[in-house]
Amino acid sequence: MIVQALAFYLFAGILTGSALMVVMARNPVHSVLFLILAFFNAAGLFVLLGAEFVGMILVIVYVGAVAVLFLFVVMMLDIDFAHLRKGAMQYVPLGLVIGGILLSELTLVYGAWSFAPDVSANLGTPEIALGGVSNSKGLGLVLYTDYFLAFQLAGLVLFVAMIGAIVLTHRVRPGVRKQSVAAQQARRPSDVLEIHRVSPGSGA
Amino acid sequence: MDMFLEVGLSHYLTLAALIFTIGVFGMFLNRKNVIVILMSIELMLLAVNINFVAFSSYLNDLAGQVFTMFILTVAAAEAAIGLAILVVFFRNKGSIAVDEISSLKG
Repeated sequence: MIVQALAFYLFAGILTGSALMVVMARNPVHSVLFLILAFFNAAGLFVLLGAEFVGMILVIVYVGAVAVLFLFVVMMLDIDFAHLRKGAMQYVPLGLVIGGILLSELTLVYGAWSFAPDVSANLGTPEIALGGVSNSKGLGLVLYTDYFLAFQLAGLVLFVAMIGAIVLTHRVRPGVRKQSVAAQQARRPSDVLEIHRVSPGSGA
Repeated sequence: MDMFLEVGLSHYLTLAALIFTIGVFGMFLNRKNVIVILMSIELMLLAVNINFVAFSSYLNDLAGQVFTMFILTVAAAEAAIGLAILVVFFRNKGSIAVDEISSLKG
């Protein structure tokens, strides 16, 4: 019990601190690195909650793909970040006011939270119905049956995103010599070969 | 003391509220820097994910974890498209300041 509480406070503390550093850091590379730390700690919290599969997926997808994508973009583009930060402090009071209102509202709602008495009768996919399988197996049993259409649509979303990203960033540069397979296949000896009859003693 | 040692659902919900608020605050703090704004959006999505998984765990209902995976999918797609737009914008303007994006209007 006490170990669980200590682990929760450790993960939650580092998560909150690194989330703050993400938005406060001067250097965006540091922001990305703190984002990675935040995702690792969120994965720890997920494991603590008994959702191992989602925790590991979080590490793979967020740390392995999304954060690295951010890192690529931050490092590849030559951006003048000092210019971007100019005048940013004038919005801090407004942000603090709105953030404070939002946080107090959310805390008021969640602090007094309790489940409705008959909530267990309304569960969509209760774990008990799956019969004590592990978290990953249970997710698989649910995901490929009850949520099959949503799963396929998620694949479609990723597909569209991939095509969109390629179409957006692809550009045709002039002056780049690329291989044209069709032109190579269409080449005939008569187009490129010439036979000269060279008489002895004179040049071609 | 017992309230702090017994980690319950409201602990996770409060943490998620805190992370979500930090994300909103980050959008105000870095109003011009699109990259950090995208990272703030990722933080807000992470807060929503924490909510989903916490409810899923305390209700013994796997639906929340399934939805977390769909949110992950959408977040990854959103980050890819957002950063692609950012790269194209930087190529054309030489800057990523948000207040110049209004010049993209037709």
